[in-house]
Amino acid sequence: MNVAEITAGRLDLAQLGLRQVNSVMQTAPAGESFTITNSNGAHAIAAGLRSAIRVEVLGHAGYYCAGMNQEATVLVQGTVGVGVAENMMSGRVEVAGRAGQAAGATAHGGLLLVGGDAAARCGISLKGGDIVVRGSVGHASAFMAQSGRLVVLGDAGPGLGDSIYEARLYVRGSVSDLGADCVEKQMLEEHSYELRELLLRAGISGVGASEFRRYGSARTLYHWHPDNVGVV
Amino acid sequence: MCGIAGLFAKTVEIEQQLGRLIAEMMEQLADRGPDSAGLALYREPVSIGAKLSLLCSTDHVEWTELSRRMAADIGDAEVIVDHGQHAILRVATDADVARTWLSEHVVDIAVVGSGQSIELHKRVGRPEAMLADCGIRNLGATHGLGHTRMATESRVTTAGSHPFSTGEDLCLVHNGSLSNHNRLRRELQREGVSFATENDSEVAAGYLTWKLRDGATLDQALESALEDLDGFYTFAVGTRDGFAVLRDPIACKPAVMAETDGWVAIASEYRAIAQLPGASDAEVWEPEPARIYSWSHAAVPQ
Repeated sequence: MNVAEITAGRLDLAQLGLRQVNSVMQTAPAGESFTITNSNGAHAIAAGLRSAIRVEVLGHAGYYCAGMNQEATVLVQGTVGVGVAENMMSGRVEVAGRAGQAAGATAHGGLLLVGGDAAARCGISLKGGDIVVRGSVGHASAFMAQSGRLVVLGDAGPGLGDSIYEARLYVRGSVSDLGADCVEKQMLEEHSYELRELLLRAGISGVGASEFRRYGSARTLYHWHPDNVGVV
Repeated sequence: MCGIAGLFAKTVEIEQQLGRLIAEMMEQLADRGPDSAGLALYREPVSIGAKLSLLCSTDHVEWTELSRRMAADIGDAEVIVDHGQHAILRVATDADVARTWLSEHVVDIAVVGSGQSIELHKRVGRPEAMLADCGIRNLGATHGLGHTRMATESRVTTAGSHPFSTGEDLCLVHNGSLSNHNRLRRELQREGVSFATENDSEVAAGYLTWKLRDGATLDQALESALEDLDGFYTFAVGTRDGFAVLRDPIACKPAVMAETDGWVAIASEYRAIAQLPGASDAEVWEPEPARIYSWSHAAVPQ
């Protein structure tokens, strides 16, 4: 291991290996910065970070990049595979390119920003985190999403918000179709305000809140209902 | 799990290195499928006759002796690759004539692929040994399709290794599992399609064979597959001129594609693509569910 390289904040994944790279970052005090080179689509890069450090990945990442993130800011200059920022608790994860399936799945907090498209199941079971996608999202996005916000500047694929609880969805483009119990809702001033605030945090300008439509739960699946007995 | 690796060359430089490049892709995917490995390379097309990829289910065959016997009966036959249990023969006659001759004169030898260009290699175990023993790294090819298998639906055998042939110069690799393969196999058997294994992916291959035999184009056959195949799949289909990719509508099984001026690649994970030349600047995306993607040398301006 090259101590000088690590001190300078440059982590060569090919040289150090994933375990060591992640271990250095997981134990780093707040305020430090790291740059990861030779990412080569490796899985679990920058997973489990726990302090307000800044990480830049100079390339593409594989599955579960920045998973379980707390407080850290992670920037990926390429694309990511399945499950980026899965179960994020806080902090900020930015992907310059496209994201694979289940981006931001089950995130409890923090902000995930995807520069390109996110594939299917974006924000599945979202639990309080915020996701902003500049491109489009695939099918079954925000499935069973409980709280938090999903903002999509492009289009949404089939089954948006199926069986959704209290997460709020804002889509600027078209929606292929809405999932069970997901409906379009009125955009009130409070929604417009939170959307503007989210776009600002995401660093997106030139896009107005009035360009979006809001979707959420019709709340008809919340309680047991005799009419549903026998329905498969 | 299973791993899929497909590489399509757009330039002569990539064609010359294709064996080495796809071997490196497969090695990255070995952990996704350590049970068996297989690779179809499309290379050096013959203008007359066909190439036959043969697999023997018993220990060892004197392939040269076999080719002499074939030559005496049906015209020129030559062993171009001899790897013990599997071999590739070039015959001067139609593949069907050679196939019929084999079915009448030998036992335990299966034709696992045939056509003008396709050369099929398959082996039980991780891909490294097969790639080294078969000298894959030294081979050039226009395109290739590899598979690393983690067996779920049937036994680990060489015959159960992907790719599966679906017709002349056609083959299929599959990541996923089909749930209606038993019923579909029986229906296809009634239509005259034969199967060598209990493998679900072979049923998908048989299904495409049947559709193509009935005159469907590859795109039409894949469209029908969306209706008739129940289960999870990312398919890659090798054709004489290129390959096609299809994921089931739910898209549980992974796939990533990438393209540069030099090549197009499909893989189960990006790390298999990462070491290709120019990969860091490639266009990278996840193929959409239920959408057919295809590349063909016929359509690419050289």
